[in-house]
Amino acid sequence: MNRHAMTGAIGALAAAAAVALLPAPVPAQTIAITGGTIYPVAGPRIERGTVLIRDGRIAAVGANVAVPAGATVVDATGKWITPGLVHARAEAGLGIGSLSGFSEAGVQGDVTPSFTPAEGFDPDALTIPVARTGGITTGLLGPRGNFLPGRMIAVDFAGDRLEELLLSPAAGLVINLTASSREAGGGSRAGTLDLLRRLFADARELERREADWRRDQIQPLAAPARELAALLPALNGRMPVAIMADREMDIRAALRITAEYRLRTILYGAAEGWKLADEIAAARVPVALEPNRDIPNFGALGARLDNPALLRAAGVEVIIAQDDPGGERNLRFIAGNAVRNGMTWDDALRAVTLAPARAYGLTDRGALEPGRVANLVVWSGDPFDFAAAPERVYIRGRETSLRTRETELFERYRTLPVRY
Amino acid sequence: MRLLAGPVVLVAALTSCAAATAQRATEAPAPSAAQTEVFTDTLSFMRPQYPSTYVRRPNPPVLIRNASVFTAAGPEQRGVSVLFQDGRVVAIGRDLTAPAGAVTIDGTGKWVTPGIIDTHSHLGVYAAPGTQAESDGNEATNPVTAEVWAEHSIWPQDPQIPLAIAGGVTVMQVLPGSANLIGGRSATVRLVPARTVQEMKFPGAPHGVKMACGENPKRVYRERGPSTRMGNMAGYRAAFIEAEEYRMRWDRWLEDRKGEPPARNLRHETLAGVLRGEILVQNHCYRADEMAQMLDLAREFGFSIRSFHHGIEAYKIADLLARAGTAASIWSDWGGFKMEAFDQIVENLALVTRAGAIAVLHTDSPDGIQRMNQDMAKAYYAGVRAGLPITREDAIRWITANPAWVLGIDRTTGTLEPGKAADVVLWSGDPFSVYSRAEKVWNDGWLVFDRLDPDRQYRTDFNLGQTRPGVGR
Repeated sequence: MNRHAMTGAIGALAAAAAVALLPAPVPAQTIAITGGTIYPVAGPRIERGTVLIRDGRIAAVGANVAVPAGATVVDATGKWITPGLVHARAEAGLGIGSLSGFSEAGVQGDVTPSFTPAEGFDPDALTIPVARTGGITTGLLGPRGNFLPGRMIAVDFAGDRLEELLLSPAAGLVINLTASSREAGGGSRAGTLDLLRRLFADARELERREADWRRDQIQPLAAPARELAALLPALNGRMPVAIMADREMDIRAALRITAEYRLRTILYGAAEGWKLADEIAAARVPVALEPNRDIPNFGALGARLDNPALLRAAGVEVIIAQDDPGGERNLRFIAGNAVRNGMTWDDALRAVTLAPARAYGLTDRGALEPGRVANLVVWSGDPFDFAAAPERVYIRGRETSLRTRETELFERYRTLPVRY
Repeated sequence: MRLLAGPVVLVAALTSCAAATAQRATEAPAPSAAQTEVFTDTLSFMRPQYPSTYVRRPNPPVLIRNASVFTAAGPEQRGVSVLFQDGRVVAIGRDLTAPAGAVTIDGTGKWVTPGIIDTHSHLGVYAAPGTQAESDGNEATNPVTAEVWAEHSIWPQDPQIPLAIAGGVTVMQVLPGSANLIGGRSATVRLVPARTVQEMKFPGAPHGVKMACGENPKRVYRERGPSTRMGNMAGYRAAFIEAEEYRMRWDRWLEDRKGEPPARNLRHETLAGVLRGEILVQNHCYRADEMAQMLDLAREFGFSIRSFHHGIEAYKIADLLARAGTAASIWSDWGGFKMEAFDQIVENLALVTRAGAIAVLHTDSPDGIQRMNQDMAKAYYAGVRAGLPITREDAIRWITANPAWVLGIDRTTGTLEPGKAADVVLWSGDPFSVYSRAEKVWNDGWLVFDRLDPDRQYRTDFNLGQTRPGVGR
């Protein structure tokens, strides 16, 4: 096996992702969405503003934007306009709905950092339009597993082929340091952390002594070379690392690892993050969390509902994510719950748009400003509250369908007895 | 009530008698002296069966002024006051005066609803912290375990209980799990701090029995059977055939009480209670076609199903449910997690309501039970967006009056009407908004939760010595 073979599959997908970032081969289209209240996230709210979309990107945002002749005008008077939501723990597309036994989000084994679920992603999945009905336009997906399950992928939730949807086959490396990782280290957290450091050390060793490795003149490695090589982009600061940790002690371990290896860490879970909010803020580590966690277990006895508010108040970049695969479209209501429990509305919107986009280096998503990709949602009202719903969802400047399988079921059974 | 009708009737009477220290009328008819004095011998079935020892706490009268009020028995009212005293609702109106010693609360900008009731919970039987040691909800050792009682598993110190209280829940039905065709008896309990489950048991509430259709039993028992849906049906029928015979045997003996009484059998006793209409059937059943089969099973044996639970496809047969008088306890939009949950739609509650059937929002979840008003709102607005003729009052009944009926306690609670239990929630705002929270919760007149007063935020024994988990600021 040579180095090329080690990275070949990922390389091909990375090339595909690069292609995906090129302008989509669709006819140039100019759309002006006028009259709505715009929440650009990148700047203050704009009343009765216009968003101008040209060739899939945002051309202008403001209260005094001239609508060019020939533009398709969408009247959004009375509507709320936000960036498309970016879900940092998405599932849509991996598996058949949330049907157990059909997940594509992980593979067997504790140490599989080279795994990426990209080719298990189904652009035709029933769950993708459902995610859009929650205003979600971009997702960071999988993998799920007990210790080092692999890399996350980034997608836009519209397109017919993987190559179209995929933004990155390797958007982040996942490391699980919650209680469920104990077994990987032989039954103790300390064992798991020791294994992690051995893997990192051997990855470095392999990088340094590639020639020796080819000649078989190297000590046995802690994992197959292919898996160790998969750790290098994270170790070299080129790839974010999603570290799952809930208890204060686990979060401290994650911060230690982050400092030791200079990782670009995004904490996931952080149920007890509020206990060391200042330290997380000082480490400049974003936190992706589920706001409605308050049930105590031995993995997080101190879970509390105002965790997001307390973290944000300390200056932490908070990302709101939904952890129930079947409930992905409810991300916006979960964000509303963070507001209910003390977060500001503006911070909650940032937490489902710009914050995750930034953390994962998706620099042209997550906000409404000229030059960014036109992923946006026109809502009938406040996106976080139950009274409102998305009316139009644009992905890369094109309006997408909000019809789902549920729509057809409802239409069939709206009047009884049913007429098949 | 027929005298000497059988063991279960006697049990119910004696239970009520033993619970007479509770200061309120119970759902069961008050036992007459004659009934309690008939038997002086010592057979077990004649004695109290784990009776409620719930006692209402003495509390000052409360007057909430100038609030928006959902009574769940009439239209939403703005700018009215609610008065309750000695555990009962006294009045709802505009010109109420506070009695001496009353606590007066300004309800301006706030909403009042009845206490929320969840027909489907496993709090206490699947308690936090969720280790194997707290797994007490499924007696998955036999497909029919009608003999087990959920109340014998409930841990009153489950730290999930105070979290549910903070969501405005005052009463819940705790059920055995769904591994079995017939999983055992449920218990209806008040969510109050207590040392024993007896201190939580809702006085006079009838028992329910948990039955389960579909995938769960046939998966759990695939090696020994049932392993198919037809096997499931055969299992229910065999159990009820035995219960029918048991009931006849006992009825014959009770007519003259001559000779040895028949052997007591707890499994048959529960199902005989169903056949007598004294135990309410609570049936986990997702698919429309299976619910129709279960309605036929009930017809075959002459009982009725009080409520289907998890009726993901209730909307497909809402007309059949309305005709049968069977309620549907369902979620707003949880689904897709298994094949029988594949056809979930968020308009389910609204469609069932429009068809005239009894719609109930239930949770089956220690998370969901904390935010039932939110799921109500989600399902309500989905119905409105779909153009269905449902009202805010309909939606409030999904979590109050209708679940009270499903549990057979609707004469006591579920609405705010004079004489009903003072199960009351004061909300910080419109309960249909994601931003609103239960601010104060009174259970039978007892202020069991006050968001503004940490001393009124109950901590279970499990919570002690640990960081205060907090219920949000």
